[in-house]
Amino acid sequence: MTLALPRTAPDQSPLAIRGLTVSYGEQPVVFSIDMTVQDGAMTAIIGPNGAGKSTLLKAALNIVKPLSGRITVYGQPLAQQAHRIAYVPQRASVDWDFPTEVLDVVLMGLYRDLGLLGRVRAHHIRQARDCLARVGMEDFADRQIGQLSGGQQQRVFLARALAQKADLYLLDEPFAGVDAATESAIIDVLKSLRAEGKTVVAVHHDLSTVRAYFDNVFLINRRKMGEGPIAAAFTPETVQATYGGRLADGQISQLTMGA
Amino acid sequence: MLLDALLLQIGYNATLVTLGSAALGLAAGATGTFLFLRKRSLVADAVSHATLPGLALAFMLMVALGGDGRNLAGLMAGSALSAWIGLLSVSWLTRRTRLAEDAAIGAVLSVFFGFGIVLLTVVQTLSAGRQAGLESFLLGSTAGMLFSDAILIAAGGLLVLASALALRRPLLMVAFDPGFAETQGIDIHRMDLAIMTLVMAITVVGLKVVGLILIVALLIIPAATARFWSNRADRVVLLAGLFGGLSGYIGAAISATAPGLPTGPIIVLTGFAVFTASLLLAPGRGVLSAALRHRSHQRQVHLRQGLLALAQDQPVYEALTRRLLRRNGLQRADGVPTSEGHSRAAAALRDETRWQALRSSAHLSELSARDDGLTLILDVLTPDQIAELDRRIATAPGTA
Repeated sequence: MTLALPRTAPDQSPLAIRGLTVSYGEQPVVFSIDMTVQDGAMTAIIGPNGAGKSTLLKAALNIVKPLSGRITVYGQPLAQQAHRIAYVPQRASVDWDFPTEVLDVVLMGLYRDLGLLGRVRAHHIRQARDCLARVGMEDFADRQIGQLSGGQQQRVFLARALAQKADLYLLDEPFAGVDAATESAIIDVLKSLRAEGKTVVAVHHDLSTVRAYFDNVFLINRRKMGEGPIAAAFTPETVQATYGGRLADGQISQLTMGA
Repeated sequence: MLLDALLLQIGYNATLVTLGSAALGLAAGATGTFLFLRKRSLVADAVSHATLPGLALAFMLMVALGGDGRNLAGLMAGSALSAWIGLLSVSWLTRRTRLAEDAAIGAVLSVFFGFGIVLLTVVQTLSAGRQAGLESFLLGSTAGMLFSDAILIAAGGLLVLASALALRRPLLMVAFDPGFAETQGIDIHRMDLAIMTLVMAITVVGLKVVGLILIVALLIIPAATARFWSNRADRVVLLAGLFGGLSGYIGAAISATAPGLPTGPIIVLTGFAVFTASLLLAPGRGVLSAALRHRSHQRQVHLRQGLLALAQDQPVYEALTRRLLRRNGLQRADGVPTSEGHSRAAAALRDETRWQALRSSAHLSELSARDDGLTLILDVLTPDQIAELDRRIATAPGTA
């Protein structure tokens, strides 16, 4: 296991959120959230459906505009550090019949390099292919994206994020509806990112794999319900408090005890 | 006569109109593709109808100032202004109220158009307005097009085209995945305004040729046509420009062959003819190709079923299946498989077993739709996914 010591003061954390409230219409979806992501670790954001997990991520990226709150990335405002963040949206958020091929999607991750008019050069293509190889999809570069399975679509999105060469990776349900081979391919990539000293934050829905995949958890149900290393924060009590009656008691202790 | 028209041999005005229409079609087709891919085609309809009040007001203003009310540049400026107000109204209604965009489009389109018609009626009661023929801007009218008009249309169209192509990368990213685009520092709202502004410019430029009611066809039909021919957005843009330009050129030439053929509607109908041809003939997404695929699919299924029967030593009942097996040299006339038949049959059975395992797998089963008897599973899955399947087959012998 990696470092259990919280060596992250807010001013150095890859992502520090203070007093974040987001509301759709007049309905706050997340309320007054504080979150401090630990540098170089893998953090799972967990909570029941509709708890605001994805919204928290989108607000951290300023895709959704918060009502209040302050977000710093590596101690500086988001706008100055946005290039250090790679985002993997939910697979279902886009139309997969869009006329584009796998390699073109990965090249979108190089937009900050390419800019408005920059030519796509051989080294860009090579970089994109390397990222595809990292997720086991190098033979699929010329496929129309509509022909991919859900797991393959998710791998393409991950490859696009890798192309950004970011320091902080934010993933929204990367394991939702993917096959077992894809799940292990993705977790291998995420762990290799951690080994390179990168920071990974993922919205996660499968409580049975939290312990195996992540170092830290952040529990949310509209409000912050807990935060910290798995051993301290992922306990029957915190999970019960977050999920309420949605899980049976036996289930919770089984999930949260060490395997 | 038509050939002369296509070779620009039937007079000065016809030549101007044909070249101007081609430039307009090219620009509208390519620009409209970005709108089409963003799935906001209908906003173009609102924008184009919203030009009418500005058109009429510009005319009145120019007459009141003692100028020529029919000055094309002046009319364009007025139309652009009111289209811009209409566009902002749709945008504001969608963002700031709970109205969905289709309702906002419907409201803005009808109110602006209705107001425009009222103003048009007022213009016609004025003495200077009676000969103005402003109503010709509804459906376009190319009779008496001036050289300066043609230059204005061509230059305006090409300027819009250049701007759209310069913005192609962020526009396509916003169309495909707006959330991700935002994280790349692209301002989605500004990109949407940019594409709408370009659409507005196309509308204004096209007023004289196709008119404000039909311009939406020139923006959308070429893109829908091009989508049949390519699965890559950049090629869809180029093809849409090509189809739009061709429709403009050919349509204008046709309308020049006989008096009284309206240019704009003929251009739209030409575009529709190209669309219909693509719908029928395009490879991949076209109707004919789908029918041919069905036939070939049927044969592949028969062949596959025959091979599986051979692999499992079952008799082959259907005549078509037997014929296909024999023609491919997989089975002898007396029903005994050849050696190639044996090996192909074994390969088919292995592939089939994997497909069966895929069907029962929790997360790969959605891919079973690609099991068409043609596709090998090796082409659909990554090596590690296949290894995972083979592990499942080995542990659960019942799935074969």
